[in-house]
Amino acid sequence: MSDCHGCSVATLPPPPAIPTRRHIVAIVGPPNSGKSTLFNRLTGLRQKVANFPGVTVEHRMGKVKVDGGREVFAVDLPGVYSLEPRTEDERVTHDVLLGQMKDLPKPDAVLLILDSTNLARHLVLAAPVLSLGLPTLVILNMADDLSRRGGGVDVAELSMQLGSPVALVSASRGEGFDKVFQFLAGTTQAAPRTAPMMQLPVIQDIPKCRAWAANVGSKGKYQAPAPPHWTRRLDAVFLHPVAGPLVFGIVVIAVFQSIFFWAKPAMDLLQETITAVGAWVGSLIPNPTLHSLVVDGVFNGVGSVVVFLPQILILFLFIGILEDSGYLARAALIMDRTMSRFGLQGKSFIPLLSAYACAVPAIMATRTIENKRDRIATILIAPFMTCSARLPVYTLLIAAFIPDRRLLGVFLSAGTAVMLGLYAIGFLAAIFTAKLLKSTVLKSSRSSFMLEMPPYRWPTFRSLGLRLVDRSKVFLRRAGTVILAVAIIIWVLANLPVHNGQPPEIGQSIVGMIGHVVEPAIKPLGFNWKIGIGLITSLAAREVIVGTLGTIYGIEDPSAKSAGLQHALQQDLTLGGAVALMVFFAFAMQCMSTIAVVRRETGGWRWPIIQFAYMTGMAYVCAFLVNQAITALF
Amino acid sequence: MVYSGDGVNAQLQLAIKSWYSKSLTLQLFQLDTWFEMQTAVKKAHQAKHNPEATNLTELKHGESGILDRLDLPEDDARRLMELGFLPGHAITPGHSAPGGDPRVFRVDGSEVALRRETARRLILRSARLK
Repeated sequence: MSDCHGCSVATLPPPPAIPTRRHIVAIVGPPNSGKSTLFNRLTGLRQKVANFPGVTVEHRMGKVKVDGGREVFAVDLPGVYSLEPRTEDERVTHDVLLGQMKDLPKPDAVLLILDSTNLARHLVLAAPVLSLGLPTLVILNMADDLSRRGGGVDVAELSMQLGSPVALVSASRGEGFDKVFQFLAGTTQAAPRTAPMMQLPVIQDIPKCRAWAANVGSKGKYQAPAPPHWTRRLDAVFLHPVAGPLVFGIVVIAVFQSIFFWAKPAMDLLQETITAVGAWVGSLIPNPTLHSLVVDGVFNGVGSVVVFLPQILILFLFIGILEDSGYLARAALIMDRTMSRFGLQGKSFIPLLSAYACAVPAIMATRTIENKRDRIATILIAPFMTCSARLPVYTLLIAAFIPDRRLLGVFLSAGTAVMLGLYAIGFLAAIFTAKLLKSTVLKSSRSSFMLEMPPYRWPTFRSLGLRLVDRSKVFLRRAGTVILAVAIIIWVLANLPVHNGQPPEIGQSIVGMIGHVVEPAIKPLGFNWKIGIGLITSLAAREVIVGTLGTIYGIEDPSAKSAGLQHALQQDLTLGGAVALMVFFAFAMQCMSTIAVVRRETGGWRWPIIQFAYMTGMAYVCAFLVNQAITALF
Repeated sequence: MVYSGDGVNAQLQLAIKSWYSKSLTLQLFQLDTWFEMQTAVKKAHQAKHNPEATNLTELKHGESGILDRLDLPEDDARRLMELGFLPGHAITPGHSAPGGDPRVFRVDGSEVALRRETARRLILRSARLK
């Protein structure tokens, strides 16, 4: 907010210029007001995630079809309580609304979305947004909740008071959207705005804004609904001193258990399909060299990674359900004391939890932490959390080396236990590092923790579905680009140099030679040269090692199907080496995207280099100790 | 006879069905009453204003206090005010993490979790100070 907005009552803006380019509508609202649900409802699959240049805040853009086949671009902005640019989130929202964002023209209109069940407080944000003078539709969301809980509002009266059209909708059910589309259709023509009946308050003064909001609310005959009884009832269980942590533990175990058991049938089916398609495509190619490239290189390499799509989707589905239902905030609350013991604040918990899916969005999510030192500490430990890219590596090695035995009846199998153990050591490494950092270079006084507990809500199929589609796209794009390229390069290098028109034995190929060069360094960890190649290629992304090993073992023994990769590893690796490899993957920072995002977030190469060296060193030492211990014991 | 036999059978099925649905509604009803009672008990306490408490940590379960001022750095105070912690608003403590810290506070239609060290700095309008 510029100073003049802060010190004077906002004046009426000039009417917006007649737009000639694409029409942009910004979606603004406080956290938990249902912005994303509204955005998904409006754009459906016609959306993409993007980054503003120079800042790390992710935003989503999508096309909305309005009357007569015209299109409007909707921009989903970060959730804010005010427009005072203090955190990076707020700065982005502020800059976009004022047209100060590079590469994005000033929006033609604003959709201000507020939670109608908490209108008096949410209307506080209306003051600064309306004072911008852009055509604004005030959307009161959760209309179904409001009426069910006995609340109500006079839309016409409120609209008069605010001087802007008001729509009462339920974004999750898609009710009341006529008015939204009508408004959006109107933004393609210049629409004059009427003056608000209530003079807008001085917007930096929160008590005054709140009083203004209460006044507007009461003039708009706003009836606050009864408290959310179901939320209270659920909290009586989820935040119960005994039942709460118990439920938390069960949720965590259930998630990991289902990653294995639910995903298995889908993975088997996918595996069979890929093998069948590979064989069929192979049968069409008479040239033996080309045949080997397609079947051994592409299908074994890329296929062995694509198989893990169901597992990753199930993980994202669970994280989506936990986040959309509101349980994640309770989990953060339960975990706060544990986090604070290691010098972190509760707010670090949510980025760290999403790091279980992927470290890149997690590191971006740290921007909500105001304290710079806390933020860097969280960024540095986030890659220790077991991201979904480690899953293929763990699953492959567990399936090959850990006997399928039940430990606690049907509830826990040996494989799940090892998997949980790997998640645990990642977490322990993270908190150990946090403690180390916070008691040395990143020392700071304890910072505050404030977290709003949203009411529990049913996650919508639409939002969950869109998340999964999004994630599948990211995963398959990577499989189609990075992993495909690595698979082809590995195949080529494994078939060179050519002697008398014949490809060399794999140990004599360029890949073999590189592998043998690095082998002495990794031998103490129990790895052979093929794993060494896998480690090198996995610097691009962790799951690439599975593709690489698929290619290498596929060339070595063309009769082996991808399921044969487990077999080949059992022949080629000791138990010590296999466990050491899992431990290595638990700690090492093998991910170019993460390194890039850390560099961008911390503003230099210093932290990513320290982080890479620290994590790789830790991975090497721990893998060495594990291999030596297991070899000595068995 | 065959028809009447079928009729008896159908009647029996109907009876079983209605008994089943009745018992189900009864169970649900009882569960609901239990919950209602739980919340009703809390509701009765919620209204109880405690003028003795000087800050949020002194409020017991089911008591409420009126916020007087935020004894915090400007940034934190603003953030809390945006979340609803404005002077003059009634605040009620709710559930907490195991061990009682952090605790959820109900204020202005929202529930916000605060650590004890922050809650201690939110000063209530107290009878003792007057």
